[in-house]
Amino acid sequence: MTLDCAKRGQIIEIIEIPDSKIRVQAIRLGMFEGAKLSCSEKIPTGPIILKNRLQEIAIGRNLARRIKVKLIS
Amino acid sequence: MECCHNPAVKIDIPNEAKKIVLAGNPNVGKSVFFNYLTGLYVDVSNFPGTTIDISTGKFGEDVIMDTPGVYGVSSFNDEESVARDIILYADIVVNVVDAVHMERDLFLTQQIIDMGKKVIVALNMMDDVKRNGITIDIDRLSKELGVEVIPTTAIKGEGLDRLKNAIYRAKTGNRIKKIESLIDKVIDKVDTESEALLVLEEDENLIERHSLVESFSQRESLYKLRRTRVDEIVNNVVSETNQNASFRIKLGRMMIKPITGIPILLFTLYLMYQAIGVFVAQTVVGITEEVIMGEYYYNFIMNSVGNFINESTLLGELLIGEFGLLTMVPIYMLGLLLPLVVGFYLFLSILEDSGYLPRIATLVDRMLTSLGLNGRAVIPMILGFGCVTMATITTRLLGSKREKFIATMLLGLAIPCSAQLGVIMGLIAPLGFKAFMIYTLTIFIIFVLTGTILNKIMPGESTDLLIDLSPLRFPRIGNVLRKTYTKSVMFLKEATPLFIIGGLVIAVMQYTGLLDTIANSLSPFTEGVLKLHPKVAEAFIMGIVRRDFGAAGLNNLATQGLLTNAQVVVSLVTITLFVPCIAAIMVIFKERSWQESALIWIGSFVISFATAAILAQIII
Repeated sequence: MTLDCAKRGQIIEIIEIPDSKIRVQAIRLGMFEGAKLSCSEKIPTGPIILKNRLQEIAIGRNLARRIKVKLIS
Repeated sequence: MECCHNPAVKIDIPNEAKKIVLAGNPNVGKSVFFNYLTGLYVDVSNFPGTTIDISTGKFGEDVIMDTPGVYGVSSFNDEESVARDIILYADIVVNVVDAVHMERDLFLTQQIIDMGKKVIVALNMMDDVKRNGITIDIDRLSKELGVEVIPTTAIKGEGLDRLKNAIYRAKTGNRIKKIESLIDKVIDKVDTESEALLVLEEDENLIERHSLVESFSQRESLYKLRRTRVDEIVNNVVSETNQNASFRIKLGRMMIKPITGIPILLFTLYLMYQAIGVFVAQTVVGITEEVIMGEYYYNFIMNSVGNFINESTLLGELLIGEFGLLTMVPIYMLGLLLPLVVGFYLFLSILEDSGYLPRIATLVDRMLTSLGLNGRAVIPMILGFGCVTMATITTRLLGSKREKFIATMLLGLAIPCSAQLGVIMGLIAPLGFKAFMIYTLTIFIIFVLTGTILNKIMPGESTDLLIDLSPLRFPRIGNVLRKTYTKSVMFLKEATPLFIIGGLVIAVMQYTGLLDTIANSLSPFTEGVLKLHPKVAEAFIMGIVRRDFGAAGLNNLATQGLLTNAQVVVSLVTITLFVPCIAAIMVIFKERSWQESALIWIGSFVISFATAAILAQIII
């Protein structure tokens, strides 16, 4: 599945981030292939918010559509 | 050796002095440390080849240097390049880390340690740690990193003297094992271990500086190793004592959900309007522009320079005429723009430091993506209501050329600046709610249509939102003022020369009669198609010089009874959409290529007259 399908409260594992430039930026903020993060909020038709402890990042919906994830719980 | 590659050496520092560099992520409170450690003697200088200012100060015999806040050492943008060069140059790095944000901040810490630099960590914002219900094992953290960690709450002054005494105990920390062996492989090709690491991490600038041809392609694998290591450290040292969401976390959520976020945003904008649109634009500018600059300064100039030069000669026109270098330029820049720009930067700094700005970007991201932008573009859009010139400079922070073009076009076209907004509101308020709605809706529709169409027809792709939602905090006044100051100074430095050129051009056009010729040739169109009084064309032309002049010109015509209510609305729509002021045009030409700039300029001409013509057919 892709990140835009994640629902609020779910924990997902990042499988693939398409663009290398984005990969490098995302990894500094804690989002990388293999990371397990929780979806803490989802703005209707807007960005997805992922959380790792207290660190939160917002990911635009279009980008979220291109990020492959796996549902953990 | 280093001297031939690193522009940081151009900064004037005694040879024997140690270079102590403050480094950290954005908004971790570095400046408080800087001020504490250096005291009064601070030197702010421009970093060679960039627009970024770097503060340096004395620490005994040694020198302390500040760096821009960054998430890592590399060269993804100007700030990072500058931070990278200064860190490369450092003898000791004082790394300020946000204690509640360690997952993010330790990435930079570990990278600096991997570079082989001597490091001391200030674990800042310890007061927030308790509030967020977490505990941190500081001894363990120190052991994991291999460097000393000093807990601080800088804004309350806690831990600062401990840090000060510990600076010279900085040492090299625990590198990631794999990185050590990789560095050995490239070390002969560069000067230092730090450079070796950055070359391995594919830093384009460093590869170029050392004229290396082979690529080591280790960036992603090293970043991943570092990320895993940092997450492991955080797991070992941080324990959460309660999971309850505090008020701040709840408020942070409310700010990004549309149902609560939109009202909060509207309320914030209303506060901004009251503070800047009403207080600064009317009360403060009333004093600075009309009294201080308009009377005292103007009379001073006319009584001194005016005695030697006749105003009606070309030189007189250029120096002290209506658009003169000594008259209009300083009166406009200092009397009108400066108070507005300071006001806006003050608000922007508060929004930024409180952590609200990335949340606004998240909230409006959806709307801006349909215009070919992403949430980040909200920053220039908000600034545009202050001063389009200043906002156009800020479009630099957008991710692609495409977004910069769209944002610049929208700013130049459909965002009225505060100078103009005041006069427009004054003109439209007495006409009643319907006129106000017609005006607002027309501008809004043009804004959305232009963005949507540009998004459809422009080649390439816009970048997506990927933003760090830093924890909400109460902004620190000293920091806010410092930011406001540096940004306002930067604005004056960039905009003044451009405005001077603009003023000269207009003064020459005025002297040669070209301005009148243009106004006259426009008037049949104004009268025939827009159904307005021919004199309105003059107001339009004035609007090129200063947008508020144009609006003020309309005000005169309206009070003389030359315009009906509907005609006022049509004129206001035209003048809002019409080309931005001369200063903004100059900045557009500086920031974008001349083809793009010409397109923006001519495009806004065409769109404004076309819209006004259609509106005139409907309502007049």
